[in-house]
Amino acid sequence: MSRSDAIGLAYLVTIIAFILALRFLSSPTTAPLGNRIGALGMAIAIGATFAQAGLHNYWSILIVMLVSAPIGAYAARAVKMTAMPQMVALFNGVGGGAAALVALSDFHQVAPEPGRIKADVGISIMLSALIGSVSFAGSLVAFGKLQELISGRPIVYPGQKLVNGALLTALLVLAIVVLAGQQRQTLVIALLCGALLFGVLFVLPIGGADMPVVISLLNAFTGLAAAATGFVLHNNVLIVSGMLVGASGTLLTMLMGRAMNRSLANVLFGAFGQVVAGTAGAAAGVDGASVRSATAEDVAVMLAYAKKVVVVPGYGLAVAQAQHDVRTLADLLEQRGVEVMLAYAKKVVVVPGYGLAVAQAQHDVRTLADLLEQRGVEVTYAIHPVAGRMPGHMNVLLAEANVPYPQLKEMDEANPEFPRTDVALVIGANDVVNPDARSNAGSPIYGMPILNVDESKQVVVLKRSMNPGFAGIDNPLFLNPRTVMLFGDAKDSVEKLIGSVKNV
Amino acid sequence: MHTSQIIVELTVLVLAIFVGFEVISKVPTMLHTPLMSGTNAIHGIVLVGAIVVAGLPHQSTWIRIVALAAVALGTMNVVGGFVVTDRMLGMFRRRAPVRDSGPVKGVRGNREVSPTNPEVPDEPE
Repeated sequence: MSRSDAIGLAYLVTIIAFILALRFLSSPTTAPLGNRIGALGMAIAIGATFAQAGLHNYWSILIVMLVSAPIGAYAARAVKMTAMPQMVALFNGVGGGAAALVALSDFHQVAPEPGRIKADVGISIMLSALIGSVSFAGSLVAFGKLQELISGRPIVYPGQKLVNGALLTALLVLAIVVLAGQQRQTLVIALLCGALLFGVLFVLPIGGADMPVVISLLNAFTGLAAAATGFVLHNNVLIVSGMLVGASGTLLTMLMGRAMNRSLANVLFGAFGQVVAGTAGAAAGVDGASVRSATAEDVAVMLAYAKKVVVVPGYGLAVAQAQHDVRTLADLLEQRGVEVMLAYAKKVVVVPGYGLAVAQAQHDVRTLADLLEQRGVEVTYAIHPVAGRMPGHMNVLLAEANVPYPQLKEMDEANPEFPRTDVALVIGANDVVNPDARSNAGSPIYGMPILNVDESKQVVVLKRSMNPGFAGIDNPLFLNPRTVMLFGDAKDSVEKLIGSVKNV
Repeated sequence: MHTSQIIVELTVLVLAIFVGFEVISKVPTMLHTPLMSGTNAIHGIVLVGAIVVAGLPHQSTWIRIVALAAVALGTMNVVGGFVVTDRMLGMFRRRAPVRDSGPVKGVRGNREVSPTNPEVPDEPE
């Protein structure tokens, strides 16, 4: 077996590893293993590449890698859980940038002799340069929006689509000119710069709330750029891995759009959340309605005497890092009611299992039975599929705070429960509980499935201020007579609530 | 007959598209974020391309700098991508024993022992 065959086989192992990784990432139990298999596959591919015959500059490559690897690892470790979406955007952009630079230096290898580039290689270089640059610039803008370095609101101006369309056409024409024989580096660099500009202009008009979908799309783009690089270098591992990401990323993007009941075109070109401020509020017909604000003590009493409380977490919870306090509050509420809620206790059947035997928990079962008989408030968590800034964001945060899995209810499971819920405690969630999505056809989020918290007997909204949410849309829920607002940082508010509940 | 390279490569490409769609067709919403992050790490494979290009002989200085910059960016994509995904998934992993009713030693008296079995209707406190 020749050396190049051995390398080819190693690449095949990498491809298998990546496919398994994706497969395993689709299920919660196998996902951590899947990620490690993917990392192993990557290590094999990198090792095989170094074994390639005729590779020069070993040391400079190795030194660059040894310097940049800890930077990537440090950034990934240092970032807070709440800032994960930005970090994914950043790493994605970096990958796109790498693809564009590979295309540029590869073009240089063949450029000195015009006409030497074969059509397939030429097209691949152009695609890799274009898509990689768009992904790089677009991801940086997405990062800026999520990090709130630039406004999360859509940035729009008249004729925007026309300008973007014209720029894209110009870029394609430029690429064709290069392919047709004008193989000058200056043109390729102009192409790269134009593509960077397009990446910025393409993401600017998209609202911050849609960034997860955009990042997913740009992720697929970077995959495509990597696959194009594979055609340039005649390298199967690049073609397959890049295209795997391109295809699965596209599907994932569509699934995310579906979770919000919006088409991809609507996300990309709808300038979501731009007009709303006036229309949504007016259409809801809220003249004269006022916001009812409560103190932490009032809410504490309400919570303490409620029979069933549903917590609706949102981005505000993430920002304030209030998940641990929410958990403590929930514990308190569950412990409380021991004396108050006795009357409400219904029949409880305890079904002991294997874990009980192993843990020798029979004594606890006795205590437990006593407690259950007196138990008052049942606390569950209603998780909207797109609560937070990424699907699954809330699950990750609440899992970090050790909230028991069964208490996390998905939207379909949670919604029928609201009519018999005494208090819906909305913590920093906004658009996902906005009744306009159900009733106001003029609202940009009309048709998006929401959590029907307004069907609860009482709604408590913990929020920093009356400012509209991330999508920039007014929310008539806040003006609902059954709603009370508890203004302030979610963490502070929940801490106060804990204090008050203890004293009820 | 000898199939030209580009046809073989296109075949591989098309098959990869179908595999890509197939493997993630039924992913739960909860895992959208980690999956996005995981695929993000996988496209770091572009690092292989960067290494190949940076390893070509007879380069002018500035193009070598460009290629090495690509190596740097690709490395950050790979390392950062996998580490971020691993951290995210760590959040899920810790729940697994509680959910799977495995032996949960050492946490007796804590909430962690609670649902020893998903069928237990209410959680003992």
